[in-house]
Amino acid sequence: MADSRLNDRALEFRDPKRGRELTALLGRLCDAIGRAPISVMHVCGSHEQAIARFGLRASFPRALNVIMGPGCPVCVTDLPEVDEAVALALSGVRIATYGDMLRVPGTVKSLADARAEGAHVEVVYSVAQAVESARRSEQELVFFASGFETTAVATAAALLAGTPPNFSVLSAHKYIPPVMEIVAEMPETRVEGFLAAGHAAAITGWGVFERFVERHAIPVVVAGFEPLDILAGLASMLELIRDRRVEVVNAFPRCVTREGNRKAQEALWRVFRPIGGRWRGIAHVPNGNLRLRDEWAQVDARRRFKIDLAGLWSYAPPRSAAQCICGDIMAGIAAPTDCPLFGTKCLPDQPVGACMVSSEGSCRIWLEYGGRPDLGT
Amino acid sequence: MRALIKEIFVDRLDGVPGPGIGLSAMDDGAAIPLGDQWLVITTDSHVISPIFFPGGDIGRLAVAGTVNDLAMMGATEVLALTCAVVVEEGFARADLERVSESIEIACREANARILTGDTKVMGRGEIDGLVLNTTGVALARRVVPDSGLHPGDLIILTGTIGDHGLAVMARRHELALEGDLRSDVAPLNGLIRQALDAGADAVVAMKDPTRGGVASALCEMAQKAGVGIVLDGPSVPMNEAVRAAAELLGIDPLIVANEGKALIGVRAEAAQRVLLALKSHPLGRNAAIVGTCTAERPGRVVLDTGFGRRLLSEPEGEPLPRIC
Repeated sequence: MADSRLNDRALEFRDPKRGRELTALLGRLCDAIGRAPISVMHVCGSHEQAIARFGLRASFPRALNVIMGPGCPVCVTDLPEVDEAVALALSGVRIATYGDMLRVPGTVKSLADARAEGAHVEVVYSVAQAVESARRSEQELVFFASGFETTAVATAAALLAGTPPNFSVLSAHKYIPPVMEIVAEMPETRVEGFLAAGHAAAITGWGVFERFVERHAIPVVVAGFEPLDILAGLASMLELIRDRRVEVVNAFPRCVTREGNRKAQEALWRVFRPIGGRWRGIAHVPNGNLRLRDEWAQVDARRRFKIDLAGLWSYAPPRSAAQCICGDIMAGIAAPTDCPLFGTKCLPDQPVGACMVSSEGSCRIWLEYGGRPDLGT
Repeated sequence: MRALIKEIFVDRLDGVPGPGIGLSAMDDGAAIPLGDQWLVITTDSHVISPIFFPGGDIGRLAVAGTVNDLAMMGATEVLALTCAVVVEEGFARADLERVSESIEIACREANARILTGDTKVMGRGEIDGLVLNTTGVALARRVVPDSGLHPGDLIILTGTIGDHGLAVMARRHELALEGDLRSDVAPLNGLIRQALDAGADAVVAMKDPTRGGVASALCEMAQKAGVGIVLDGPSVPMNEAVRAAAELLGIDPLIVANEGKALIGVRAEAAQRVLLALKSHPLGRNAAIVGTCTAERPGRVVLDTGFGRRLLSEPEGEPLPRIC
């Protein structure tokens, strides 16, 4: 970071001096609002990552409660979705997936467990890499696809570009806007505003939140991922709350427009259709899951293979899973430290709940970065 | 991992004659008194995929790894190295020659020699390509443990972080972002000699941040010494290519492996002197003071990011590229 070769432009949004100014502004805004806690929810694991990684939580004013919402696609991937991938892998089909999906526990096994038993599971960094891997062999290869609209667009683009005949997709892709409705309507929710994810909004456009804001009378601020982006987004949010203004503010204009990326949206909806489905620990989310349209049946692993889940489900799930409160944590009702398993029975190398698996998971982040301890200045 | 090693091996096998440093210290190597000097000994098995990577290969790694473990104990003049080779049937002869040449070059840089060795061939599929084990012995007038930190001491990092781990990861996962990523794998005994000559007794602890990176090494140093460490994030040296790749992959460079860097704990009054000595060596050009030891929060490492503070914990498992 002290290296002179560092490019200044990248560091514009990492200027600690401006960070301190914004932190002071947050304090003044909280004072002006004059009550506590003021709860704001973000719905993106990358926001939590940045908050944790830069130690922002330790410098937030005490009155400001920034809650982690259901923003980790790996964490909300439901057990049966993991089970489908595990069953396919155990039946001898090659599976390619993102690194964070490997250790996500299914009902009885994770993909990592399947791999240890001899299944062929490879980690890829992008869908393109999975397609390349399929091209190199005759064997069937299933890309276990997870992620929100950001990565779903990449999957769609790969399919539109054409894939080899032995390639298919098992989609666990999710769509963010509907789950915000669910969380906003939860009776326990005390959320006064949503911080929306800048990269997802770059695709959907910030206009997608206008109806939401109207319906739920909760303001939304679209924010980027550099520490200054997050602090500035929170400052906009507190201004809206102070002035009792209910609207959408785009605090990430260098990437996000009202319309979003039309081409990406078109690709997304040509390949996928939204259907209702469970998000792990949250609820059934209408239109929250992205599945392949009928036109893409030939590359849809669910239609191409007979996936035998019954074989997996003859086992009972481990008992400690019943104590897991991932759902409440992702709904913003509980903190990781409220969970009896956190840091004792549930650890990164032996996760019980999905929030401990992904580097974007709330519990994993809190365990790694220490939540909000008092660390002096 | 450390807990597992302790439970299975250390508790059962420990035992060191006299005042030496043995298995239970779980340091970079062992030391036994020999006349008015210390005999320092260390061993390391090297497996890496891929065997050839930008900036080095398994041969260079096997020499540097062991020479550096000796150097971290304060033993910079290598008496002898051993090298055991376990090779998979069918491993290409040309590749083996390339590895052997790397061993030779690295030995020359470290002013060390392989004095004895062993070769075993295993059947195809019984091991993955090539495994090297090297053992090193050296004499030292004074042993520097990794547990010698006190409140008030400063931590010097001898150069940029993350170079090795990211170069290997990029090659292993075939990520098209290698660009300027190059492993830093290098024998550090010459560099460490200069630091020890400049700092003498004021150099109180050393550790090379290999697997688990700077985060893991600092946590271990803090725990063993019972001090707190505050790491100043903005002063940690990092190459632009590493910063960009880590950012893209969502991996914290502080947990990425290095194979040519050292963390050196020094008494505050000697810090500038040691820093200058390091900077005058080609492998220490980017050296910087990056941390301070405190009496508060013993055993914990706090990272000051410039925006706020967070705890730095020991990473679990291998860092994997994440989704978005």
